[in-house]
Amino acid sequence: MLQVFPDLKGRYGDFGGKYVPETLMGPLQELEEALDQAMADPAFLEEYHHVLKEYAGRPTSLSYADKLTGHLGGAKIYLKREDLNHTGAHKLNNAIGQALLAKRMGKEKIIAETGAGQHGVASATVAAKFGLQCIVFMGEEDIRRQELNVFRMKLLGAEVVSVSSGNGTLKDATNEAIRYWVANCEDHFYLIGSVVGPHPYPRMVRDFQRIIGDESKRQFLEVEKELPDRIFACVGGGSNAMGIFYPFLGDTSELIGVEAAGKGMDTPEHAATLSKGTPGVIHGSMTYLMQDENGQITEPYSISAGLDYPGIGPEHAHLFQTKQVRYEAITDKEALDALKLLTQMEGIIPAIESAHALAQAFKEAPQMSQNETILINLSGRGDKDMATLMEHFQEEV
Amino acid sequence: MLTKTSFQGKLTKTEDLFIPFIVAGDPSPELTIQFALRLQEEGADVLELGVPYSDPLADGPTIQRAAQRALKSGMSLRKAIELVPKLREHGLEIPVVIFTYYNPVLQIGHEEFFQLLGENGVEGLLIPDLPFEESEEIRNRSEEKGIEFISLVAPNSDQRIKQIAEHAKGFLYCVSSLGVTGERKEMSAEALAFIEKVRQYSQVPVAVGFGISTNDHVQLVRNHADGVIIGSKIIRLIEAEIENIEKGRMDEALKHFTKEIRALVQ
Repeated sequence: MLQVFPDLKGRYGDFGGKYVPETLMGPLQELEEALDQAMADPAFLEEYHHVLKEYAGRPTSLSYADKLTGHLGGAKIYLKREDLNHTGAHKLNNAIGQALLAKRMGKEKIIAETGAGQHGVASATVAAKFGLQCIVFMGEEDIRRQELNVFRMKLLGAEVVSVSSGNGTLKDATNEAIRYWVANCEDHFYLIGSVVGPHPYPRMVRDFQRIIGDESKRQFLEVEKELPDRIFACVGGGSNAMGIFYPFLGDTSELIGVEAAGKGMDTPEHAATLSKGTPGVIHGSMTYLMQDENGQITEPYSISAGLDYPGIGPEHAHLFQTKQVRYEAITDKEALDALKLLTQMEGIIPAIESAHALAQAFKEAPQMSQNETILINLSGRGDKDMATLMEHFQEEV
Repeated sequence: MLTKTSFQGKLTKTEDLFIPFIVAGDPSPELTIQFALRLQEEGADVLELGVPYSDPLADGPTIQRAAQRALKSGMSLRKAIELVPKLREHGLEIPVVIFTYYNPVLQIGHEEFFQLLGENGVEGLLIPDLPFEESEEIRNRSEEKGIEFISLVAPNSDQRIKQIAEHAKGFLYCVSSLGVTGERKEMSAEALAFIEKVRQYSQVPVAVGFGISTNDHVQLVRNHADGVIIGSKIIRLIEAEIENIEKGRMDEALKHFTKEIRALVQ
């Protein structure tokens, strides 16, 4: 029998909890109560599923990558097509759930943090759809790198606040969003984009993302009559991975989370939190993080802004410690090679984040037999990455 | 009635407390000692010694800047604790509360951390991201070592106020924006009701902090609470002296700082 996590204190074994200033304990309590009521209310769940279907376009397809399977010559490769979700990534599933909850709680203003801008765009989108005001905190360095997404958010009616503290990236944007929430929690809802932060956020985001795994399981059983042998997903904060893994925990499928090795695991420039980090507290949660010997949080690096985060969701830390999920790391170069291979074999341009999961799967597929199956969570599409891809591939195409 | 407050017997006063906050190593360990001594001269009863952190969630831009300056000067949790005996050597007598985020404590480890606090004669501890529900072990270890673990309580703590206040040690830190707007010279009814409620349950002095930046604020708080905690304002006064310090005009900087503090708290 699987133990149910989180427990009443918001813990996943040794990880999770609420390591926040006293001023946030009240709002977190209020959120937890509202969330529990909503998740037990059939009308709320029905509305969430209705919006996912008729607005986001779910269920997303399960695609068999036949040419790629033939090319690699091993296990059969299936792709869960979150790239086909409205706004181009899995992020919207969670944004819809939390926006509906915000409305139910009578909060008219939402706050979000964003790195690459995908969660910011998803938040700005649901804000427009549900008539909410939206403030997105984004590091000044990321604003520079992701000009197009900044414009998308503004076009959708959101206010984008530039964060200059720290290195001006996702970690700093998250700090600033939390600070803003502390000061404005009475009428603001903080819409976190990943399975990170204090309890109940990791649980809430997982439960709004498990639709990926629930659909995959049903679709896979329809086609293959049995569960996949291995499931791959990339991990930054870890929401797309928790989403696809969660319904398969305790099943026979082997689960593999893929972190960003950046320029290499033997360099300081990576974002492989579980492989290289140590336990500690970041953004209100006990988990693994990248830090120096004095406990100061260090800056990660990855070519993919969505994986460029020094922490990881506490449930991943637990799954890592209890060996329920295997975690690997993929370099920038390996991810780009996998991206190009998928693009040219299957006509699908994935997000660079998702390409990390692809790269690990492509390494393993040839070692597996043709009777075995692989499911990869293609968490988003690559449109947002065109500028980066042009830099890397211009001479080759 | 308030019980006699302790801090290892170094604080016997239970009202009209002045509790300044400075960041260790801002802008250098040597100057931290000088500023702390001036604050003592101007009537500080307890010193909150902040440890710089890369990701200070509970702090605004002023204290973030101070933390960055202090990190550049090489400060760490271990060095901040080891600064305490140096403060004593230079004549600091008031109790010192180490104010640190939890992550650096975890990296040293609870066992060694408390050993360090004990060896270096630290009297108090405040960890702003360790709320009551997460702090049991730290509270117990503090108790064993005779170190006051300072709790915070906020207006939106609601039903938690009683529990937190009843367990409070040393003094109770009330996080309260004063509700002072524009020319208004009185505290808002909500802020007053909150402080009254806290006092009802607290066995230790109730000190109010957050956003106190003028002598008027100080007087207002004195009328309604047992102590005033001043952080950002003092950091800004230190910040204002950095130019003098960099140009080597140390005496001028400290003299001016002292004058400003006197105007703030007299």
